[in-house]
Amino acid sequence: MTAAAQPETHLQKPPTRFGEFWNYYSESRGAVAGLIVFVLLVLMAICAPLLAPHLPDQQYRDAFLTPPIWAADGKSDFILGTDAVGRDILSRLIYGARFSLLMGAMVVVFAMAGGVVLGLLAGYFGGWVDSLIMRIMDIILAFPSLLLALVLVAILGPGLVNAMLAIALVYQPHFARLTRSAVLTEKNRDYVTAAKVIGAGHLRLMLATILPNCFGPLIVQATMSFSNAILDAAALGFLGLGAQPPTPEWGTMLASAREFILRAPWVVTIPGLAILVTVLAINLMGDGLRDALDPRLRKS
Amino acid sequence: MFRYVLKKLLLLLPTLFGITVCAFMFVRLLPGDPILAMAGEHGVTPERYEVLKEQFGYNLPIWQQYLKYIVSIAHGDFGISIATKRPVISEFTTLFPATLELSFAAMLFAVIVGVPVGILAAVKRGQWLDHTVMGVALVGYSMPIFWWGLLLIILFSGQLGWTPVSGRIDLQFFLRPITGFLLIDTLLMGKWDAFLSAARHLILPSIVLGTIPLAIIARQTRSAVLEVLEEDYVRTARAKGLTRLRVVWVHALRNALIPVVTTIGLQASTLMAGAILTETIFSWPGIGKWMVDSIFKRDYVTVQSGLLLVSVIVMVFNVLIDFVYAALNPRIRAT
Repeated sequence: MTAAAQPETHLQKPPTRFGEFWNYYSESRGAVAGLIVFVLLVLMAICAPLLAPHLPDQQYRDAFLTPPIWAADGKSDFILGTDAVGRDILSRLIYGARFSLLMGAMVVVFAMAGGVVLGLLAGYFGGWVDSLIMRIMDIILAFPSLLLALVLVAILGPGLVNAMLAIALVYQPHFARLTRSAVLTEKNRDYVTAAKVIGAGHLRLMLATILPNCFGPLIVQATMSFSNAILDAAALGFLGLGAQPPTPEWGTMLASAREFILRAPWVVTIPGLAILVTVLAINLMGDGLRDALDPRLRKS
Repeated sequence: MFRYVLKKLLLLLPTLFGITVCAFMFVRLLPGDPILAMAGEHGVTPERYEVLKEQFGYNLPIWQQYLKYIVSIAHGDFGISIATKRPVISEFTTLFPATLELSFAAMLFAVIVGVPVGILAAVKRGQWLDHTVMGVALVGYSMPIFWWGLLLIILFSGQLGWTPVSGRIDLQFFLRPITGFLLIDTLLMGKWDAFLSAARHLILPSIVLGTIPLAIIARQTRSAVLEVLEEDYVRTARAKGLTRLRVVWVHALRNALIPVVTTIGLQASTLMAGAILTETIFSWPGIGKWMVDSIFKRDYVTVQSGLLLVSVIVMVFNVLIDFVYAALNPRIRAT
């Protein structure tokens, strides 16, 4: 009896916040597809040692520049072929997902943490704090992003971690601006005044009262920054200033494949395709998130 | 309008100050001693070191060094390149037209394709054409352009042999620059074969550099047109019995294109970042490649001044776009 009654009460329950969000999000087929691809990529990165047929740095000296399996002289050992020093491209690609995704994620974490703190301070306190912080953000934004990242890496020295830090610094102002403007609209709402009257301190007002209501746009910005960070990290790797060889980072793989583009197109085509698919999946998710989180767009 | 312009220009000052401070600090933030860093692997003798220190003014207090720096750039002295021993500013002025020409061509491509395609997608909203256009635009937006460039080289230069792999013009043509824009210079001299060579060299790089702006412009045009199509005056025009085509082209587009113009203007920064990659791939002798090469050559004087010049140009351009936008849209001036 109770078992039969349960589904009925379940139906009458209002949808949970996540349920409501998922309803809107899943309306877009592209967003769902993006999410599926992204989850698969993350799983691939985590399970790289289980999935990769070879070690990423293992050189097969009898198999330099082997074409992929579908080409006439491809070998079944190397599904996507090998590179100029005989390393299996598929395995390097699978391991490379770790670097690209991790770099993207860390950039977003650093940029968001810094940007949110600065934006909160600027928006909450206003006055000279606001002016000072936002002018500094303006200065960072005045430089073309990749150029600034490039120069920062020149200062810090090339490498994966430094490239990550440079990109994070360049992205931070976007989060600061977004947080600031969200704080400015929320700050004078009644619930904030109410919390202030009850006696909440500055820190509590900023972090517990106001910040949770600014998350919508921040999540969308974080997704967009994630995909851009992967692109920029790969670009720095491609220019020789990001991850250094023999790291199987996708951009670095492309850089070392450049001289063979006309002789062995697959060494160039495949890593780039991996970057494109990853970035595309994340951007599809970003579009879906924006539509699902922005109530104004829901009706259309 | 005058007050708006004045306010914008005043807001520019702190940013300009900040940019000069960043460029100034750049050489001093390099790991280790700036003089040793510039000297590279060869190193310098202690006597030469003192001379260099004196010459660069590193023996002065930091604020005096900054003032000296500001005074010299105000006089147009951006230092001497360590690698080529030529004044940085003269290298910049030689190379900048190449980047400008490439950027213009890229934007031309992006606008000519992006705006009509965006309008078409909006008019056919929800139909397969709209879905296709928006899908392709998202792919374009997600494109690692350094890879895209290599793909186009493989296809058009390698397989089909239609376009050259790199450079700005075939080596057989030696031209004394007039404007620095090869397409214009060759026409002014009446050299048709040189013009065609320059044009063929320009095609692939412009497509590569224009891809991301194209995607952004198409998306922006679509949403701007959609927004305008919902307006009352569009419904009125339709109710009057005007054709769909006339309503879209004459009534809707005029208002829809205002945000699109801004979007086009705001691509300056994107173009500069893209130029770094595009020029590297195609060996295009412009500012982007120059910056990357200078970083690898440890030519930090060039990097420092290049960073400053590029950023100031992008900044000034963005402010000009703000003015154009304000002139087009009176509502902006009021805020």
